[in-house]
Amino acid sequence: MSTTDQKKANQNAGHGSIVGRGARDGAALFRDWFQELTVAAEEGRPGAYVFVMGSMMEILSCFDLPVVFPEINSLQMAVRRVAHEYLNEAEDMGYSPDICGYVKADVALQARQGEHPMGRMPKPGVAVLTNACNTYIKWAEIWERMADTRVFTLDIPGTREQGKAAPPGTEQFERDRRYVEAQIRELIELCEEVTGKKFDIDRLREVLGHANTVLRSWRRVIDLNASRPSLFNALTDGTVYLGVANSLRGTAEGARYFEDLVEEMEYKAEHGIGTLTDEQYRLLFVGVPCYPIFRRFNEMFTEWGGTFVGSTYLLFASGGAGYEFQYDLKKPLESLAAGVLLTVRDAMDAMFYSDLALIEMGDKLGVDGVVYHPIKSCRTTSTGLADGRRALLEERDWATLFIESDMMDRRVVSEAQLKNRIDAFFEGMAARRKRAAIS
Amino acid sequence: MVTQPVFDEWKGKSLDGILEVCRDLVESPEYPTVARWRAAGGKVVGHFQVYFPEEIAHAAGALPVKVRGARLEAINAESRFGSYLCSILKTSLELALSGKLELDMFVSHPICDAARNLAAIWGRNFDYSCQILYLPQNPNSKSSAQYLRDEYERLMGDVEAVTGTKVTEDALRHSLEVFNENRRLIRELYALRHAEPWKIPVDEAYTLVALAGMVPREEHNELMRTVLPMLRDRPVRKQDRIRVVFEGGFCEQPPLDLLTTIARSCHVVDDDLLIGLRYLVEDVPVAGDPLRDLAESYLEHSSYSPVQHDLRKPKEKMLLERIRNARGEAVILTAAKMCEPGLEDQVGYSQALDEADIPYFVGEFQETMSGYEQFELQLETFVENILFFA
Repeated sequence: MSTTDQKKANQNAGHGSIVGRGARDGAALFRDWFQELTVAAEEGRPGAYVFVMGSMMEILSCFDLPVVFPEINSLQMAVRRVAHEYLNEAEDMGYSPDICGYVKADVALQARQGEHPMGRMPKPGVAVLTNACNTYIKWAEIWERMADTRVFTLDIPGTREQGKAAPPGTEQFERDRRYVEAQIRELIELCEEVTGKKFDIDRLREVLGHANTVLRSWRRVIDLNASRPSLFNALTDGTVYLGVANSLRGTAEGARYFEDLVEEMEYKAEHGIGTLTDEQYRLLFVGVPCYPIFRRFNEMFTEWGGTFVGSTYLLFASGGAGYEFQYDLKKPLESLAAGVLLTVRDAMDAMFYSDLALIEMGDKLGVDGVVYHPIKSCRTTSTGLADGRRALLEERDWATLFIESDMMDRRVVSEAQLKNRIDAFFEGMAARRKRAAIS
Repeated sequence: MVTQPVFDEWKGKSLDGILEVCRDLVESPEYPTVARWRAAGGKVVGHFQVYFPEEIAHAAGALPVKVRGARLEAINAESRFGSYLCSILKTSLELALSGKLELDMFVSHPICDAARNLAAIWGRNFDYSCQILYLPQNPNSKSSAQYLRDEYERLMGDVEAVTGTKVTEDALRHSLEVFNENRRLIRELYALRHAEPWKIPVDEAYTLVALAGMVPREEHNELMRTVLPMLRDRPVRKQDRIRVVFEGGFCEQPPLDLLTTIARSCHVVDDDLLIGLRYLVEDVPVAGDPLRDLAESYLEHSSYSPVQHDLRKPKEKMLLERIRNARGEAVILTAAKMCEPGLEDQVGYSQALDEADIPYFVGEFQETMSGYEQFELQLETFVENILFFA
């Protein structure tokens, strides 16, 4: 059946089979993915450990390595409310309370031989990381010590100066692209050595084809949320989509999932179907979610009619998948280097120059307010937020809220204080509306 | 090009007198030497910790200034940052926002998650060029030397735009020679500490090295050429103290008074304080392509720190080598408060030191701390344990 025929059949099948499908299927795919990792761990097969910003799934998929995302593992521990057990264990091993909670949770997971609330994780046989987050590098050094992991750092030069990212076609871009390409070729050599498999360029073409579908669809889904009411909550639903975009990029399943998701969002837009929230305020979320009280955190906004229509999280934690780029299958390696450079650079820009990303996103999606959520665990995403907010307010008259907590450590999350601040934020926005209506 | 000296208060003084004026300058958050340089029409390139290829700024006629925080209250800068951050970020920006340190260009490096935000923050607050120099985090790639050479060339173009001076290869080679001499002199200072540590306590050594980041390097060379013989001839008695290595000062700097406190209990025979100023451990060749040679030196002939990942330089191995080379008996293993790379490496270092059966003292510091009694008490207890019970 062709894609168009399938689309028609789905729509004929009715509202019930389409609306909410992304969340349902995403959760199912995720469970399957964890199950596959558990099987790999039980068979004693080592995993390839990667990170969301520059996972290099495109290359690793060619070698059939079980791919583990330790960031996703860790956040799942927080969502499932067991993170504190892992954090305490790592702190007992000497890791400071002041370092990234994701790292500490993983250290304890490794010490527990991969034991995770969703299954068992394979050991880190090889780690592929980028410099998009410095903690990736320090994290991999820990695996080097704990498990003799082979580590490959893919160095991706970012934007040197605000507003001066070298565009494709310039000499500077080409220098950076060549550097990335040379490293990708070295990564392939390492994968061949580790797996004993020969690299197949046609397999890469196939993977890139699927990745193109995911990238194209991801962009479309993000843009479709300009609909009123918004079609999905960027904080909650978005995190499910994000998980699939990261873990199944470059696979047929991932491509199919995102084609379906686009169909769902187009259907909802066409029929004026929004989220479950009676949308009063359209918000942007900046930073990393508060996973220890994930559902409750979101409720504190939805109770007031606030929905998150976009987030910088969807930009950077997708590894910059929102950057409009399609791999050229005729020149797979050259194009992969360009794509990785552009997308990861874009992910970094979304963190370091958040004011620019927010203005672009907010103007496109139409927003009333911006919620900044710097966290103790992550300096990459949090350090510049206060200054970014100051710069944003010079450009846009949006209401803003600045609340600090953590993505892992419930000791740093004060629900009562958060609620107090959030309530005041909405009261302020309501007062604004009233004043605007009077004048 | 500025030709008159910006720091000559030390000339004609005794060794103690020289060390006193040097210490006053290092501790001053006013950066008077930089102000004098600017007043004479010179341009200033501020570079954040850890390593920066200062030769490039020097060759273009600018004064490279190491931005390493300060002991001051971040009144203006505090509102630009969130919580849970190290102090050096805030006080460095405060230096600029308060007008104490005026720059014409600012460069930071992606050394850690916090610092990599700094160029963006700085750039939103100042009109001059604020940028990130992406030093390679994959020094093991065959292509990293060429990449870094090209990155230095890009940086050079930006510095030229600030100073209005086109850098020639000869000018760059001359700068390499000036900085090679400086690194040699600093190596001599460290060699003296290894051999006769009672002649140069850690706080005084630190003072002398730190000046390199705030005065023209030619002037620093002259100072070092004068001071080194005076230190060698210093009439001080040999003291029986334990020989320790201080680790954890690669970025945020401990207060000088804390180093003075440490010097009262032990001989610090080596350290990683201001490691960026002596990151290149050998002379940079001056015969070939100077940018390529500078890049190769960073990749192939350099020290180590928690913020550079190199498969050939496991941190624990490098620390043990430092201890061995300096004939250290113990280690003061510190990290600045909230310094993620430093705190992460403390675990690996501790395990390696346990395995090597080398005693170590774990501590935290902050550049703005003011009470040292507890630190001193704990350190004295540690030292006494080694002296009397080891």
